Amino acid sequence: MSQAVIGADAPPAPTGRKTAGRLGDSIFEWLCRGAGILVLLILGAIILTLFIGGLPAFQAFGFQFLWSTAWNPVEGRENYGAFISIFGTVVSSVLAIIFAVPVAFGIAFFLTELAPEWLKRPIGTAIELLAAVPSIIFGMWGLFVLVPFVQQHIQLSFGETLGELPLIGFLFASNSFTGTSLFAAALVLAIMILPFIAATMRDVFSQVPPVFKESAYGLGATRWEVVRNVVLPYTRISVVGGIMLGLGRALGETMAVTFVIGNANRLATSLFDPSTTIASVVAMEFPESLMGSLKQSSLLALGFLLFVISFLVLAASRYLLRSRLKA
Amino acid sequence: MIPAAPVKNLDVARRLGARRRFMDKLVRLLCIAAMLAGLFFLASILFTLLWRGIPALDLHVFTTEFQPTTYGDDTALRGGLMHAITGSLIQVVLATLIGTPIGLLVGTYLAEYARASALGNAVRFVSDVLLSAPSILIGLFIYQLIVLPMGGFSGIAGVLALAVIVIPVVVRTTEDMLQLIPNTLREAVMGLGAPKWKMIMLVCYKAAMSGIVTGVLLAIARIAGETAPLLLTSFGNNVNSFNLGSAMSSLPIAIYQQANSGFPDLIAIAWTGALIVTLGVLAINVAARTLLKTRG
Repeated sequence: MSQAVIGADAPPAPTGRKTAGRLGDSIFEWLCRGAGILVLLILGAIILTLFIGGLPAFQAFGFQFLWSTAWNPVEGRENYGAFISIFGTVVSSVLAIIFAVPVAFGIAFFLTELAPEWLKRPIGTAIELLAAVPSIIFGMWGLFVLVPFVQQHIQLSFGETLGELPLIGFLFASNSFTGTSLFAAALVLAIMILPFIAATMRDVFSQVPPVFKESAYGLGATRWEVVRNVVLPYTRISVVGGIMLGLGRALGETMAVTFVIGNANRLATSLFDPSTTIASVVAMEFPESLMGSLKQSSLLALGFLLFVISFLVLAASRYLLRSRLKA
Repeated sequence: MIPAAPVKNLDVARRLGARRRFMDKLVRLLCIAAMLAGLFFLASILFTLLWRGIPALDLHVFTTEFQPTTYGDDTALRGGLMHAITGSLIQVVLATLIGTPIGLLVGTYLAEYARASALGNAVRFVSDVLLSAPSILIGLFIYQLIVLPMGGFSGIAGVLALAVIVIPVVVRTTEDMLQLIPNTLREAVMGLGAPKWKMIMLVCYKAAMSGIVTGVLLAIARIAGETAPLLLTSFGNNVNSFNLGSAMSSLPIAIYQQANSGFPDLIAIAWTGALIVTLGVLAINVAARTLLKTRG
């Protein structure tokens, strides 16, 4: 008899150990899959609870909630709108990006092209540690160090120079001289997201194949020309992804902003006016709002809007960074 | 007729070269300035913390609960942060204990079972979004889920909010570290007849151990400084509390409340708390990084 026939005639009988292994396998696989499904459920539950919680406010105010600038907690005349805090959130985050991106680019350029080898690791670690500092510490530092600086130096000189300009002067002139302002919030946010953007840029810059850069150097290009004409075009999608990641972080940042933005529920017309953001209005007013009140529902509705905005930005960021993630 | 060769104008070339060199030098200087600015912010934060935090830093801070302001009264009992440190330790430890196994299982699922499946991709995407999602929204979520039905703020709500934050951090590092393990190792173990779960538990986890520990350390560092979600869940408490069913203090919350109190002596204690939190968080981060580096 040939061996093949023996094999076909007598399949190995399942032994006790093997079935135990198979049972263990399916239990473990389902445990892992269950945990994965739990993560999906958590995200779904976050969206659902925020939406259900905000439903009374959406029903009371309709779509007007989105562009209403009202915020009146007086009983009987309660009226809430999202526009002031959406405006503050978007403006402070976009300003933060404008401040942070050039500096982050400089750090990434320095770390990948300019720094000597022995300096790369310590400086890289220092920048990463900046990312690890808790948000509330940035808030305290912002309130006690940055805000007085903005108040005494930046606001006055800006107000006296740019504030006198026709047409755009009102952006820099303000009647509020406390220093807690949209501008201070944008500065603190910029410092907080700086390490995230710089780290992403450094990672993608160092993934550019050396042969591309060497060919440009061989043609006599300077380092700046290499970065501008070779590195940036090669990495621009990931660079935009990194910037979106920073934007996503800035939009939802709470404690640091709460300390320095002044928490004023009125529309800021100047950079130096106090303002508020969705996250900080929730942090300031939610803990003391009555359970089940219209105010609480409005704050939950704001939370739902913040979730939608930051979800879209983070999803876009992840889509743009997908090539980097695979590498 | 032979076409005229392009004339080399040395003067133009020289001026162009000078401009390019100048531009290069300018950008390089600006980059060094950017780097110095980044370091300056870190240094300024650390210096401010030390400068303002050390004056009130003594054993007393660790052994006393919150006391109302003693400003202008030298005989009254000075307050401390014991209640906040106890609360932070309880909530951070429990949140890590709940979040780590879940994150570990999810990371295992992504790396070992679902590298390219649709469900795996969805889980990976959602976990990455949760990693950067505004933490205050997680606070709102737990408020609706736990605080509202229970009728009040509670330590357990704070624990769960922090656990939700731990999960994606652990998922990310676990998946990354498991993917670094060469497939030949897996094949060798399977070839010996070991079931897959044993391969993962006994070989893969062991090979990825230092990376997984790094992820857990980073998660602890992250939640130790979280304030916003706790504001909506465990809320804060002025006395030492071990009761998970009632409001519980934590270092970040105590810092927040005392920094905004307006009394110089309470603000000084807030700075001391800020110093403790930051040094702890940075130390954990450095430890996590060294652990990963020594592994090679």
